[in-house]
Amino acid sequence: MKKSSSRVFKTYVLNIVIIAAIFIALQLMITNGVFNSYTSGLVVQIFINMILTLSLNVATGFLGELCLGHAGFMAIGAYTTALLTINSGLPVMIMFPLGLIAGMIISGIIGFLVGVPALRLKGDYLAIITLAFGEMISILLRTFKFTGGALGLNGIPRVTSFAYSYWCFIISLVLIITFMFSRHGRAILSIREDEIASEATGVNTFKYKMIAFVMSAMFAGLAGGLFAHFQGNLAPEKFNYNYSIDIMVMVVFGGMGSVSGSIVSAIILTLLPELLRGFSEFRMLVYAIMLIVLMIFRPEGMFGRKEVTYRVFRRFLKRNKQNKPVS
Amino acid sequence: MLLSVDSINVYYGRIHAVRDISFEVAKGEVVTLIGANGAGKTTILQTISGILQPKSGTIKYEGVEIQNKPAYKILQSGLAQVPEGRRIFTNLTVRENLEMGAYTRHDKEGITEDLKKSFSRFPRLEERRNQHAGTLSGGEQQMLAIARALMSKPKLLLLDEPSMGLSPLLVQEIFRIIRDVNEDGTTVLLVEQNAQLALSVADRGYVLETGKVIMSGGAKTLLVDERIKAAYLGGEA
Ligand SMILES: Nc1ncnc2c1ncn2[C@@H]1O[C@H](COP(=O)(O)OP(=O)(O)O)[C@@H](O)[C@H]1O
Ligand SMILES: [Mg+2]
Repeated sequence: MKKSSSRVFKTYVLNIVIIAAIFIALQLMITNGVFNSYTSGLVVQIFINMILTLSLNVATGFLGELCLGHAGFMAIGAYTTALLTINSGLPVMIMFPLGLIAGMIISGIIGFLVGVPALRLKGDYLAIITLAFGEMISILLRTFKFTGGALGLNGIPRVTSFAYSYWCFIISLVLIITFMFSRHGRAILSIREDEIASEATGVNTFKYKMIAFVMSAMFAGLAGGLFAHFQGNLAPEKFNYNYSIDIMVMVVFGGMGSVSGSIVSAIILTLLPELLRGFSEFRMLVYAIMLIVLMIFRPEGMFGRKEVTYRVFRRFLKRNKQNKPVS
Repeated sequence: MLLSVDSINVYYGRIHAVRDISFEVAKGEVVTLIGANGAGKTTILQTISGILQPKSGTIKYEGVEIQNKPAYKILQSGLAQVPEGRRIFTNLTVRENLEMGAYTRHDKEGITEDLKKSFSRFPRLEERRNQHAGTLSGGEQQMLAIARALMSKPKLLLLDEPSMGLSPLLVQEIFRIIRDVNEDGTTVLLVEQNAQLALSVADRGYVLETGKVIMSGGAKTLLVDERIKAAYLGGEA
């Protein structure tokens, strides 16, 4: 089936309309007080977590490498952005977006430096190196004076609005989807499938592993920068391996290599602990049991590798239409 | 010579897997390397395609030394490999596997054209083009692996034990395809344990034993050689 250019154009317009509509709807609910400040905060957290989950999905879902130090990259972005907005002397509204970009760049560079040794190794080794990297970052942040030591950073301007988190998410989403569903993305998928076969079809496997890994680190850095200016303070313990595992859980829960899965999973797993507050001390237990149940019944995650696309919708609608006269 | 391998030595750590091996492949030929399990056949192919590096010796492809080039550069210069055990991308569709085979190419129309060509050469793959490759039978997977390699329009096709694990009937079909591909102008380097079959399609052959070439010659000569008969063909005759 060939897509006609008019259909491509229609899909394009539809996407923009949906993106704008969701933004306007949520923004109105926030400004009109339908969402109180707690709920609005949750909405921002959801968008930050969606960026975070998507970013890890690039390295773990699409590329297939088990990365256990993702919180480390997030921390680098968070501290870089926060230190810049606090110390630069420029107005926050100018420095914040620049700081986010700087955070992404620094995270990307560190990602590259970790990738050089780590990506030459496979499976368990890579998992251990990234785990060690994450711990190292957490320890270094506690040690350095300029990062505030064990006390962390306080008084970070809380400028991550809903609009910021939303548009950063949309930009990340568009960039990741465009890249992953291109020829380059296919090359990355082929590495996950079978590295030797991928090499045998002429893919520069090391280069593509590095690109995916650095991309993953950069978007984690972006999520970190947003997080820092949402929270208003940063504590080094926050970014230890527990947090890396939490992010990994979101990816696995949604489905490795599924963008739709990452989005839905970030929403559910951000809301769930809040909804379970009634269970007080049993909260984490209930959460854990739900994860175990999902992994038993759907080990590939909610979406597996599938995506929700307009084509799926159209097929679904068509099927319903065809079924109606029969029933 | 399209390919000349000159006294290469390949190691896995301290294991000396390939010892001082030399051979040549001329344009248009089918050349076979035969030998028992563990003789070093796969190691040689992986070294040619750059996935492994030789400790010493040279490999010339179209007169240019390639032994120090990375795999992706070698495979972009007109060499394609059908790896041992097929190694298709099981979670991609048949069509996506073939598109991956054309990864090194940029001529969109040519790729579409060759996709059609490979479906007419492998009608079974056309029927299953939107199926995940992992759901194919062993024979179909082997065909897909060959079709994928051909999608890069190679001048030289490296085949690693295409008969492995297939029924005699399917093996016949695969070998008919290999002959066909060669007649279309692709040079073939075929690695096999099944000596009789390999020698029946090849122009020339080299016999390997524990990492060394112990005999070489025209395929017809080797087929009737008493020593080869005893060692490789005896059981099957
Ligand atoms: N990855 C590896 N690590 C160590 N030794 C290997 C490895 N692969 C192959 N070998 C050894 O190298 C020799 C040649 O193997 P191989 O090239 O696979 O032979 P063939 O393809 O002819 O069966 C064997 O002795 C084998 O045990
Ligand atoms: Mg072998």
